[in-house]
Amino acid sequence: MKAFDYVRATDVAHARQQAGQPDTRFLAGGTTLLDLMKCSVERPSRLVDVTHLQGLSEIDVASGQIDIGALAKMSQVAADVRIQQHAPVISEALWRAASPQLRNMASIGGNLMQRTRCTYFRDPAAYPQCNKRAPGSGCAALEGINRNHAVLGTSPDCIAIYPGDLAIALVAFDATILIAGATQRQVLADDFYRLPGTRPDIEHDLAPGEMIVGIQIPQSASLERSHYLKVRDRASYEFAAASAAVGIELEKDGRTLKAVRIAMGGVGTKPWRARAVEQALVGKVFDEDVIRKASTLAVEGAQAREHNGFKITLAPRVVARALMTVGGLA
Amino acid sequence: MADRLNLHLSFNGGRIELDLDPRTTLLDALREHTLLTGTKKGCDQGQCGACTVHVDGLRVLSCLTLAAQVESREVTTIEGLTQPDGTLHAVQAAFVEFDAFQCGYCTPGQIMSAVACIREGHTGSDEDIREYMSGNLCRCGAYPHIVTAVRTAAARLQGSKV
Repeated sequence: MKAFDYVRATDVAHARQQAGQPDTRFLAGGTTLLDLMKCSVERPSRLVDVTHLQGLSEIDVASGQIDIGALAKMSQVAADVRIQQHAPVISEALWRAASPQLRNMASIGGNLMQRTRCTYFRDPAAYPQCNKRAPGSGCAALEGINRNHAVLGTSPDCIAIYPGDLAIALVAFDATILIAGATQRQVLADDFYRLPGTRPDIEHDLAPGEMIVGIQIPQSASLERSHYLKVRDRASYEFAAASAAVGIELEKDGRTLKAVRIAMGGVGTKPWRARAVEQALVGKVFDEDVIRKASTLAVEGAQAREHNGFKITLAPRVVARALMTVGGLA
Repeated sequence: MADRLNLHLSFNGGRIELDLDPRTTLLDALREHTLLTGTKKGCDQGQCGACTVHVDGLRVLSCLTLAAQVESREVTTIEGLTQPDGTLHAVQAAFVEFDAFQCGYCTPGQIMSAVACIREGHTGSDEDIREYMSGNLCRCGAYPHIVTAVRTAAARLQGSKV
């Protein structure tokens, strides 16, 4: 691991001032950053430890919205009974992610910054070419073992998958990310994540020195009736082969869909909102055939490589099953 | 570059002062600088759970934690579970009783995780135990006996019959 300076931040202003310097990274749970430093993918010359900052780990469930501080731990949010009651999809996405130890370490802000598990990206010694590490250098995944690579949002330069779970739920329910910079600003989770295009190294809408300080999730009837379904190669402690964050609200008749929210994980280069499915379902009677037919729209435009075509078959089934679960049909 | 950090750390209730390279993980601080070698280095990249310790009572991976990050926090390792007279913790005793290991390399991490798992209340069913022990891999495949040991220790610690 390359040598670095360690700075312990005393408050947000101090953290931001320190992080504005070149080759600097914020250090929270460290579960992605230290791992990637050991692989020599990340080579910062300065770490700003924000784990001792006060007042950024609160969870506030008020009428209208849910606020979660950036330093709240994944395990803390997953176990919060107010979150479980009013936003089950958030709790479920969190406790189905990683392992209990990692969830005790990883912060909510850091989780949003989790980087891809692309095996070629993570192995600079064996694969020096990687457009995400060095734009324009090439991509070994395109013709390599790409079973766990994206089928949606890809570009000729990068097919690395977005690995997280929480952000899938945040994108489905129009959560915003609070960012402290020269001024404080808010950005929709869907806009926070960038498509790879020709610059897969730029993954987020976040400038040097800017710091995620929290997230806000608008409360809604569909958030109350929500679910996260994660399908994976082993029973636990595994990334998604395909996942879906869904929520529904029914009309007073108890059978017509008034609002539908869907986003998918394990298939895209960023959290993937399935708006076409949502639009196809609003106003329809909740019924298995209707759900299954509409769910096929979830993978419109998907492009498979040699080994990942199964995701195009799997994802609509995951969406359909998640919807039927919240609708009481599964 | 600052070449060394002067750190005041607390391991198993004892204070220790160490001058460490900033890159030193909590795992290496324990094993290489304090000779607390009960905590094991398996993958060293956060995937196997062999390095599990408790920081302020929560189970974490010491291989992905910098020693500098745990200043002013209380670290408990497998050595800190046993009573001063050598009496084993109920979870340690259950692992021995039910042969919950073969080679033993993952065992300190399994036990630290199990103690936390019981404390968190995630031992209501075998399914629950498997889910909340999933961060600890055992290449010998001792999982069925590990589940038995955790279930039994949880029942004894909670004062009910096995």
